[in-house]
Amino acid sequence: MQILWFWLVAVMIAAYVVFDGLDLGVGVLHLFLAHNEQERHILTRSIGPIWDGNEVWLLAGGGTLYFAFPWLYASAFSGFYLPLMIVLWLLMLRGISLELRNHLNLGVWRSLLDGIFGFSSILLTIFFGAALANVIRGVPLQADGYFFLPLWTNWQPGLHPGILDWYTVIGGLVAFVALTLHGALWLTIKTTGILEQRARRIVTPVLGVLALLTIVSLLATIRVQPSSLANYLAYPITFLLPAGVVASLGGIWFFNRVASPVRAFLCSCLYLVLMLVGACWGLFPTLLPATTGAGRSITLSAAISGSYTLHVGLIWWAVGMALAAAYFTFVYWMFRGKLKAEVSFH
Amino acid sequence: MHRIQFAFTITYHYLFPQLTMGLALLIVILKTIALRTGNEHWEQAARFWGRIFGINFVFGVVTGIPMEFEFGTNWAQFARVSGGVIGQPLAMEGVFSFFLESAFLGLFLYGEKLLSKTLHWLSAVLVFFGSWLSGYFIIVTDAWMQHPVAYQINAQHQFEITSFTALLLNPWALLQYMHNMCGAVITGAFVMAATGAFYLLEKRFVDYARIYIKVGVLVGLLASIAIIFPTGDLHGKYLAKNQPATMAAMEGQFHTEKGAGIVLMGQPNEDTGQIDNPIVVNDVLSFLIYGTTKAEVKGLDQFPHDQWPTTLPLLFYAYHIMAGLGTWFVLLMAAAAFLLWRKTLERSNWVLWALLLSFPLPYIANTAGWMTAEIGRQPWLVYGLMRTQQGFSNTVSSSNTLFTLLGFMGLYSLLSILFIVLIYREIDQGPATRHTPAAAVAAD
Repeated sequence: MQILWFWLVAVMIAAYVVFDGLDLGVGVLHLFLAHNEQERHILTRSIGPIWDGNEVWLLAGGGTLYFAFPWLYASAFSGFYLPLMIVLWLLMLRGISLELRNHLNLGVWRSLLDGIFGFSSILLTIFFGAALANVIRGVPLQADGYFFLPLWTNWQPGLHPGILDWYTVIGGLVAFVALTLHGALWLTIKTTGILEQRARRIVTPVLGVLALLTIVSLLATIRVQPSSLANYLAYPITFLLPAGVVASLGGIWFFNRVASPVRAFLCSCLYLVLMLVGACWGLFPTLLPATTGAGRSITLSAAISGSYTLHVGLIWWAVGMALAAAYFTFVYWMFRGKLKAEVSFH
Repeated sequence: MHRIQFAFTITYHYLFPQLTMGLALLIVILKTIALRTGNEHWEQAARFWGRIFGINFVFGVVTGIPMEFEFGTNWAQFARVSGGVIGQPLAMEGVFSFFLESAFLGLFLYGEKLLSKTLHWLSAVLVFFGSWLSGYFIIVTDAWMQHPVAYQINAQHQFEITSFTALLLNPWALLQYMHNMCGAVITGAFVMAATGAFYLLEKRFVDYARIYIKVGVLVGLLASIAIIFPTGDLHGKYLAKNQPATMAAMEGQFHTEKGAGIVLMGQPNEDTGQIDNPIVVNDVLSFLIYGTTKAEVKGLDQFPHDQWPTTLPLLFYAYHIMAGLGTWFVLLMAAAAFLLWRKTLERSNWVLWALLLSFPLPYIANTAGWMTAEIGRQPWLVYGLMRTQQGFSNTVSSSNTLFTLLGFMGLYSLLSILFIVLIYREIDQGPATRHTPAAAVAAD
């Protein structure tokens, strides 16, 4: 039951990354790919009906974390207080600017909103990557199970690291590049003509950078958190996970080359999921490692809720997820296909 | 400091969902009439509110995200012990309501051309259902903190639920939910009626104005009555039974007495233990709570001072503002409904002005109502079980919280300006013509 919930929460986080990742990526890219208002309009339209639902995965995941692992939720959220507040502000700015750009018809102010939308999308991808890297690296948990991290200290992942150090910055960059690529592949599905060409053209160089960063981040992880290899060595078959990461990168390259955008996008989804699952498997059964000694790490069995809670939770969770999957299928189906270069309605 | 931050962010947040939930119902009403009569006019009337709803919804979403996080960031000690109980409804809100709401709102706003009329109506109904369900889960969460049921305390001093159904069917939650949803409908109805009144006064979009006035006034009247009786009445009686100290503080009842009178106005003085400059109606409080004028009402003197609600005057004023405004709502809506029936409302400029200017009042009343509930719960975080001082994040210093609080204030000021500009523009442009924003997306 405990192990099941560990992976269920992991699934929700993965779903968040895969879904909201695509609109974050579009947020990053619209700054560079769109050269005029009409193109920008199409790019934001490609995520208009869905970004809000994608973001729900974050809320649902946060809520599920709260109820399944209250200790982890309490410790991590108060310890990461400052970056979380910044993330909240960025999420607000991003949502508002995206939604309002199509309501406010005020010339130069629209450019401002676009700038805010792009800028907050960039920062969010970096913060999310850095957040994951923080969890892998570990935090200075005190004896009472709490901690508080400053934004940075000496940029070294030692006993008392900051939110940002060289390792977590790498994590942030991986997320930034991976989600940008994810967004570009989404756009190759949704757009036509010059926009589609531009999106396709940037895939290969971005992919190259991502492959490089992925390797660097894996090596860095082994160095910063050597124990993350333990599970892999104990069950060598799980080395298929990193192998799958490499394969999915290859798949993106191949399918983009043969102009099969949906498959390329699915490979990108696979890449994101495998990276996350790989990281979770490296941590398991620890939830939040302590830099202050392994004895203080928050582990699965210590943080989990009571068994009645989890049993009841499993029932409604399964029902709710089935419904959510149905809505998502329905909505993505309704808005399937390419966006037409439309008549402007203003 | 954590209390102020949470109170500020949640109060600001709730300005939006109350309109969301109220409008969701009203849009369903408009859409239903449109569907049954096939009248394009009502369809267009609904579309206009769909646009307002969309803007309002986004503000609700972005200001709501912090709420889900602040349990952990600001109330870590509380989160650690309570996750097994209230984490449950909070997670369910995400899983059951938000997915539903967001998915079908996307369809409702962007998909009118893609869907048949019935399916479009259905997506409005599902948005309504999702938003009201979401309200219920939040109320369940709050109700457990107000009136903890079906829990036990485990070896790690954490709360655990013992019955899932008892948690969801907490009687407190049912009463508070009905009361709260009436409040949300009142907000929606007042905003709609005020918009109608605005158009009538300006003599623009008169056809639509009639629809808005009619629906707003009738729904508003029903909800204004229902919020007092039966929902407010039942909720108050339950409160008096389960949180007698809160009730005494709300009513400014410092001393226990038989045949207690109700204080209509006055200033509670904690030092002297009495109400300064009161206006009192004899015996009414006893009657309202117990159904007889002679019943004994417990005063604050029955409770140790450290269990009195903190910031007692604020509680007293919040409650009286809510109750006073509630009375005004009934009077205004009844007058408007009477004139509507006599078909003279359109010429009664005084009443139209009153309707127009009253639209902020339900916001104030709902906020005051929530303040009553939450300040009344103090000094408890979980009533009778956990004090507020035991719940906050002790690793987060108060200067950090002050910093982020100021950040929220700045950001929310900006949001308020944007919101007002946007809504004003939508109302100014009116329902009649123009684009359907959604129609632009076509898929093949």
